[in-house]
Amino acid sequence: MTDQSATMSILKDYILVEFLPGEDPGHLTPSTPLVSTGILDSLAMLKLVAFIEREFDIPVNAHEVDEEHLNTLQSICALVASKRSLVR
Amino acid sequence: MKLHQYLLDAAQRWPSKVAIQELDGSSITYEDLDAQSSRLRDRLASIGVQPGDRVGFWLHKSADAVVTLFAILKAGAAYVPIDPTGPAARNNYILADCRVAAIVIEERFKPMLEVHGDEGWHPAILDIDEAGGRKWVGDALTHNVGAGTSLTVSPVGAHDLAFILYTSGSTGKPKGVQLTHENASSFIEWCARTFSLTSSDRFSSHAPFHFDLSVFDIFGSVKHGGTLLIISEEVGKQPYELAQLIADHRITVWYSAPSILSLMAQFGYLDTRDYSALRLVLFAGEVFPINHLKLLTTYWPHPQYFNLYGPTETNVCTYYQVPTPIPADQMEPVPIGRVCSHLEGILVQADGTEMSEATEGELCIHGPAVTRGYWNLPEQSQRCFVEVNGRRYYRTGDIVREEGDGNLVYLGRKDRMIKKRGFRVELGEIEVCLYRHPDIREAAVVALADDSVGMRVHAHIVSKQGKPLSLIDMKTFCSEHIPIYMIPDRFSFHSSLPKTSTDKIDYQTLKSWSRS
Repeated sequence: MTDQSATMSILKDYILVEFLPGEDPGHLTPSTPLVSTGILDSLAMLKLVAFIEREFDIPVNAHEVDEEHLNTLQSICALVASKRSLVR
Repeated sequence: MKLHQYLLDAAQRWPSKVAIQELDGSSITYEDLDAQSSRLRDRLASIGVQPGDRVGFWLHKSADAVVTLFAILKAGAAYVPIDPTGPAARNNYILADCRVAAIVIEERFKPMLEVHGDEGWHPAILDIDEAGGRKWVGDALTHNVGAGTSLTVSPVGAHDLAFILYTSGSTGKPKGVQLTHENASSFIEWCARTFSLTSSDRFSSHAPFHFDLSVFDIFGSVKHGGTLLIISEEVGKQPYELAQLIADHRITVWYSAPSILSLMAQFGYLDTRDYSALRLVLFAGEVFPINHLKLLTTYWPHPQYFNLYGPTETNVCTYYQVPTPIPADQMEPVPIGRVCSHLEGILVQADGTEMSEATEGELCIHGPAVTRGYWNLPEQSQRCFVEVNGRRYYRTGDIVREEGDGNLVYLGRKDRMIKKRGFRVELGEIEVCLYRHPDIREAAVVALADDSVGMRVHAHIVSKQGKPLSLIDMKTFCSEHIPIYMIPDRFSFHSSLPKTSTDKIDYQTLKSWSRS
């Protein structure tokens, strides 16, 4: 499994368990909107960011806790990848 | 008093003072705000806007949106703010419902605009490239109207309509609360007396312009020659960013719903910055969870705190100054306080008669800030008022108790309306939305208090196939029909819904299901 697909899988599992209990995993695709549909509200975004910081040991800036960076699994993965490249 | 008179006066007294500031650093002085809004007024008049008309604006929150609303008022029309984050279908319904004469719209929202032109309704469209950063107003006006052009506009009276704010409607469609210049200015004058506002104040503009808290932000600031800091929709949801800008921009007067203050107290790192400029924290729209309010006042011990209460139909009608520090053993939410001095309040029984002895009942309000009613809904408007001793009182629908010290305590609603993130939400409107879904047989929605966010909305569903539906599909469907704050937080699927003996939905049982 590549770095990116492993990241996607970890994030997908976390979002399904925390915010979409009982959802068919097949329905959560890389481009499913999460913030604009209310799946992630303000509090959920903060929880997700705390998870990302802990799980991947990377810092996320406050201004990145928004729809632009967190609206889809794809954009969240891109955020994680960009942070990891800075840490390395 | 006409609302735009505040701007005319401020432009005379403080022409070079910054009136509106955006987070990117761009700003506009009172002189320019007055001049730009006059030019846009002329442009609106030239495309056919007349006194008494309604004009919609579908712009993101910006200094240009403030220019636009003052231009509409100067044209003698009433402004109708459209939620730029709201579903297109709802926004188009609002524009058609009040038959706006013109729509000022940003290019990016234009694909969502649908004007059918039925029944002779043909609004003029004034589209602009992009609001914010003062990019468009100058450009749009230069090639639309010659410099110095000033068209004659009929005078406006204080009893004329100034704006219409649409709120959630129990029938599934939003309803427009009509507010006159006098309705709003009587409230602003009361604020001026109560909060001792001055030209050195720096006001936050956290609430969106379609939300009634913005009336204080905009006109309270302009009346006093203060500076209004426009906080965009996106930044407005981020507690850490907000906390930072309150300190960095040396905000002196903050006004918002409690939910974002709760998040700031928990996640804003409020002990890391200097908040000495902040002197007044106003909150309204919902109950402030007492533990979060205690936490906030621990971080910010010096400002004065006021709990402001009131529906859009009256704007703020009661207020309570929170004594600080809040005792550690206080577990009850703070009271909603006393009726504001420009209004009168009475408590009535369910049948609409005034209570003589009892101290618990529905709060009803009379006075200059009270709406005349809803746009184009005469029967619903009629039902919202009660006449007592020859006076017309607005029935708030809120049940309150008068304490021995004269303060009112909020007990709950007499109907199915709730407040979420400060917004009014009719649970019935959510149910109407859910019933539009092709796979839903039955839907019922309840709301429960939640310590972290105030209110949680729980939808109980019976699907046509008898199986659970996709949560993603549910949320996505809702986001296409109702604003994001109305989308249920939880969905549960059942084989049937509990019913009362008269075969109505048993909401009490559903609430107990939600709690378990």
